[in-house]
Amino acid sequence: MQRTYPQWRQYLTLFKIRFIAGLQYRAAALAGIMTQFAWGGMTVLLYRAFYLADPAAFPQSFEAMCSYIWIQQAFLAIFMVWGMDPEPFNLIKSGDIAYELCRPVSIYWMWFVKSSAIRLAKAVLRCMPLLIFALLLPEPYRLILPDAGRLLLFAVSVLLALVNIVAFTLLIYISTFYTLDSTGLRSLLSTLAEFLSGGLIPLPFFPDSLQRVLALLPFAGMENTPLQLYNGTLTGSQAAFGIGMQLLWAAVMIGTGVVWMRCALKNVVAQGG
Amino acid sequence: MIEVEHLCKTFTVSRRDAGIRQAVSALFRRETEKIRALDDVSFRIEPGEMVGYIGPNGAGKSSTIKVMSGILTPDSGVCRINGLVPWKQRKEHVRRIGVVFGQRSQLWWDIPVIDSFMLLKDIYRTPDAVFHKNLSQLTEMLSLQEILRTPARQLSLGQRMRCEIAASLLHEPAVLFLDEPTIGLDAASKLAVRDFICQLNREKGTTIILTTHDMQDIEALAGRIILIGKGKILMDGDIEDFRRQLSPVRTVTVSVRKFADMVLPDGVQLVQKQGETGGRMIFTTDTGKVAVPQLIGLLSEKLEMYDLSVENVSMDALVLSLYRKYQI
Repeated sequence: MQRTYPQWRQYLTLFKIRFIAGLQYRAAALAGIMTQFAWGGMTVLLYRAFYLADPAAFPQSFEAMCSYIWIQQAFLAIFMVWGMDPEPFNLIKSGDIAYELCRPVSIYWMWFVKSSAIRLAKAVLRCMPLLIFALLLPEPYRLILPDAGRLLLFAVSVLLALVNIVAFTLLIYISTFYTLDSTGLRSLLSTLAEFLSGGLIPLPFFPDSLQRVLALLPFAGMENTPLQLYNGTLTGSQAAFGIGMQLLWAAVMIGTGVVWMRCALKNVVAQGG
Repeated sequence: MIEVEHLCKTFTVSRRDAGIRQAVSALFRRETEKIRALDDVSFRIEPGEMVGYIGPNGAGKSSTIKVMSGILTPDSGVCRINGLVPWKQRKEHVRRIGVVFGQRSQLWWDIPVIDSFMLLKDIYRTPDAVFHKNLSQLTEMLSLQEILRTPARQLSLGQRMRCEIAASLLHEPAVLFLDEPTIGLDAASKLAVRDFICQLNREKGTTIILTTHDMQDIEALAGRIILIGKGKILMDGDIEDFRRQLSPVRTVTVSVRKFADMVLPDGVQLVQKQGETGGRMIFTTDTGKVAVPQLIGLLSEKLEMYDLSVENVSMDALVLSLYRKYQI
């Protein structure tokens, strides 16, 4: 039976099926787009009020700020740490994890691939209307299209952010093997990640000393790095450093997750049935 | 071949009495109890065997199945299935087995069943030819044509169970574990599932280990029964052994035109009489003392019978008497 059937095909199929399934939720996508229009618009207006008061008090121009907000809203499905696939939590709580363990695949990579597919499918489905709308807005509120080089750098960094976020959420999933209910940990960590990654306020708005620490934490790479690469705040060696940190943290979090998952599965007790 | 030797597994369960004071004191000092879910469990199952694994709730049936399917790591003991240790070589092991948990679902609930099947094909890396051969066979044997394109969430329980069983067999496993496969099914679906399992065992020689509380399943399917209680194997043998050893008693029911008084030999009892002057009479006989033909001869001498039936003790009663005997 053992043929030359490459192993990555398994994970590719898992990705494909979740991606396709994710694309079928049209109503949810529409609702998401509406929310992101409204939210993005409100944020832009909020910052406009601040900038009118004193434009010199801000670390980046209002135009760059608007681009930051629109890209953030367009790819929210990738960036929102709190928007986790509830399935692994339910599998662990209900014991249906038993079936997952009967599959000849690594649970870690199976969940990794699935979470990535769900986030990517949502983003693909929702980003286009928002991007087109934001590009057509009048100055200075519009989304600015950078040159091809920066766009490419942004694309690479967004994918790395996705990897970082998914690796981070997997650690939360694995903790559920021990706590059984991760509601507390989940809301605590996702709020923390949201704040420290620049989800609420862009990181350049933080005090300088704090910024130096934040740049070393895994959270900056989850949102701030790609967004600042897009709007041109992060360039040269700073850009290289940002992407380097993304790579480093991805490796650290994935490594921890794989080992931790192995320990957790040794102690797993699927109850009932 | 399945070899299980001296398998042990202990769970820690926390206990406390009801009430606020008890709840508060449990914050500081927690009372726990060790439950021996598996206590020196050993057995061997040859390829192609069909084994019923029975016992009351909480006896350790599911724990054994979970150990054998690589989900649960035991505290001590040996388990080797086709040469592999399930919890150590999980990925290689599960590729060669199929598992159906009657109370859980392995189908992705929001996509058509056929998509779930295609996904399983890739997960198990089943070659195209093998997959398509198995799919068409299973589709025919379990009559799935109509339901393959339906999302799993819209299937009835009977339809879903047939799909679950098909899903666990697409990669042609040599060993199939069925954990309560007929739970909650109606009579027709139960029969369909049983027929299929028999056919599978007969035609493909798949080794089947089945846990159930439905004794008709056991009667219809298993040649061999393993009884487990409180984590220990209590009996291991074929169905007829169980019957002979436990229950030499047969029930004889006769319908008569007119009741008559008679002296019954030792070992025979009149359990029930239905009707005024004539009707049904139900006797039990200990076949060690009075054989069934002997009793019938005796009855036909004294009574004018127009109907007669002889029954074994039902499997349910049999198992109940077993549970009583071993106090489980």
